[in-house]
Amino acid sequence: MQFGIFSVGDVTPDPTTGRTPTERERIKAMVAIALKAEEVGLDVFATGEHHNPPFVPSSPTTMLGYIAAQTERLVLSTSTTLITTNDPVKIAEDFAMLQHLADGRVDLMMGRGNTGPVYPWFGQDIRQGINLAIENYALLRRLWREDVVDWEGKFRTPLQGFTSTPRPLDDVPPFVWHGSIRSPEIAEQAAFYGDGFFHNNIFWPADHTKRMIELYRTRYAHYGHGTPEQAIVGLGGQVFMRKNSQDAVREFRPYFDNAPVYGHGPSLEDFTDQTPLTVGSPQEVIEKTLAFRDYAGDYQRQLFLLDHAGLPLKTVLEQLDILGEEVVPVLREEFAKGRPDDVPEAPTHASLLAAAKKETVSS
Amino acid sequence: MKLVVVSAGLSVPSSTRLLADRLAAAVERAAAVDVQVVELRELAVEIAHFFTNGFPGKALAAAQEAVAGADGLIVVTPVFSASYSGLFKSFFDVLDKDALAGKPVLVAATGGSARHSLVLEHAMRPLFAYLRAVVVPTAVYAASEDWGAEGLEGRIERAAGELAGLMTGLSAGNAATASRASTELPGARSEAHSGFAVVPFAEQLAALAPKR
Repeated sequence: MQFGIFSVGDVTPDPTTGRTPTERERIKAMVAIALKAEEVGLDVFATGEHHNPPFVPSSPTTMLGYIAAQTERLVLSTSTTLITTNDPVKIAEDFAMLQHLADGRVDLMMGRGNTGPVYPWFGQDIRQGINLAIENYALLRRLWREDVVDWEGKFRTPLQGFTSTPRPLDDVPPFVWHGSIRSPEIAEQAAFYGDGFFHNNIFWPADHTKRMIELYRTRYAHYGHGTPEQAIVGLGGQVFMRKNSQDAVREFRPYFDNAPVYGHGPSLEDFTDQTPLTVGSPQEVIEKTLAFRDYAGDYQRQLFLLDHAGLPLKTVLEQLDILGEEVVPVLREEFAKGRPDDVPEAPTHASLLAAAKKETVSS
Repeated sequence: MKLVVVSAGLSVPSSTRLLADRLAAAVERAAAVDVQVVELRELAVEIAHFFTNGFPGKALAAAQEAVAGADGLIVVTPVFSASYSGLFKSFFDVLDKDALAGKPVLVAATGGSARHSLVLEHAMRPLFAYLRAVVVPTAVYAASEDWGAEGLEGRIERAAGELAGLMTGLSAGNAATASRASTELPGARSEAHSGFAVVPFAEQLAALAPKR
């Protein structure tokens, strides 16, 4: 099982000091957080993609390429890549380039985006969001799998005799996750292709997450990729930890109460009760995360959101130390217990390459 | 048949709830219905949290489910500032956009004087028309003075009779609308999985192919 972190990339004032980091500081902080993730033994770093303030990561492959140069093991991913408003041709090129530079340590997560105006800013119609995700991704797959593509569709200018360069590393396209919170169409899409399905459950109660994952697993089996239990599932989660639970709550409360995404609404207590947010001791984070398996089944990727609500970099790096030293080793051990042998790990470049070679030999 | 009564009265006891109960009792006399009352006062905090959190609390989720599963509704609001109350509107804002489609709805309101009675025609009826509900022809308004005057009981009976008639007539058809596809693909066949309506992916993809 893979453990990692994902960052939204928001520039949020620290409510305890009133200070807002500069864009440069925030971008460098995201890089420092990614490097720290590798140092403490995590497997994955994923960045969001946004095209409006107060968010900085508009150019994920630039950032991930820079991180790739300074890491050795970390898998670099996105949370998410906007399949609706990016040109699928540019996604094909950017991520193939990143694959070569990062020696295959790359996958990506497709998403539709949750900021309405991004669609018109990039010349698209939000009412076509699902259809854009379907058509653009179908084209992206062909660009990675066919050397010369003739294509015509509804949303993009046609292609005649187009070759996307560079070709994917070892002719193995990056593994793709599809992220969706509410749309059964996207779970269906992921199942159809045998791709991964990531449910970003961080603001959602467990019963909703459970139903979406059930849908994906059922349809994954329906399309002949394996049993429902073998489908590739990822989940989110957001945490704040201190040795003592009370200290965690005391320190995080002003951040929670004032954060743009959490604040001025529910109480910290209600929110931690109803969503995956855990504010407490490492043991509490372990218990809550292990319980995800009760409704999601054995899954492949767990990403935590740590750099949220305007927390300073120093605090986030401390959180990574706790996560890497005290939480993830226990989670690895506990999640392995009772996990059936035929439940696969998340695909990596190495495993996809091995599978492709095997197919070539046997055919 | 399931009849759900939505009451937005704020005081306990409230004349809004009183009118709601009278209407429900009249429908029960006219048709075989199971009545469930949704008191919005008890859901007020969860409704506000829905707007900030994006997901419903347990009690609100149960109320949403009850409304979505109803064969007919009675909805009653006090008149606030020349319209339905904000709480009343907020409840209908947090329902699924198709939750009331095709459902018979009896609209009713209470107020201090009869001067506000056209709220039913100028605010309530358009709201439920927008939500694609079938609003019964008679809407019932009760001013304070009506509780001591003749006429209210007759309007209650007439409106309740209309609702019962529509519920009996429409309940057979509602089963068909309940399993509608979540997408807008013409002719696409949807299947139910894990409580979602799913259009098989090949059909979704084929609908985007250029027409030759």
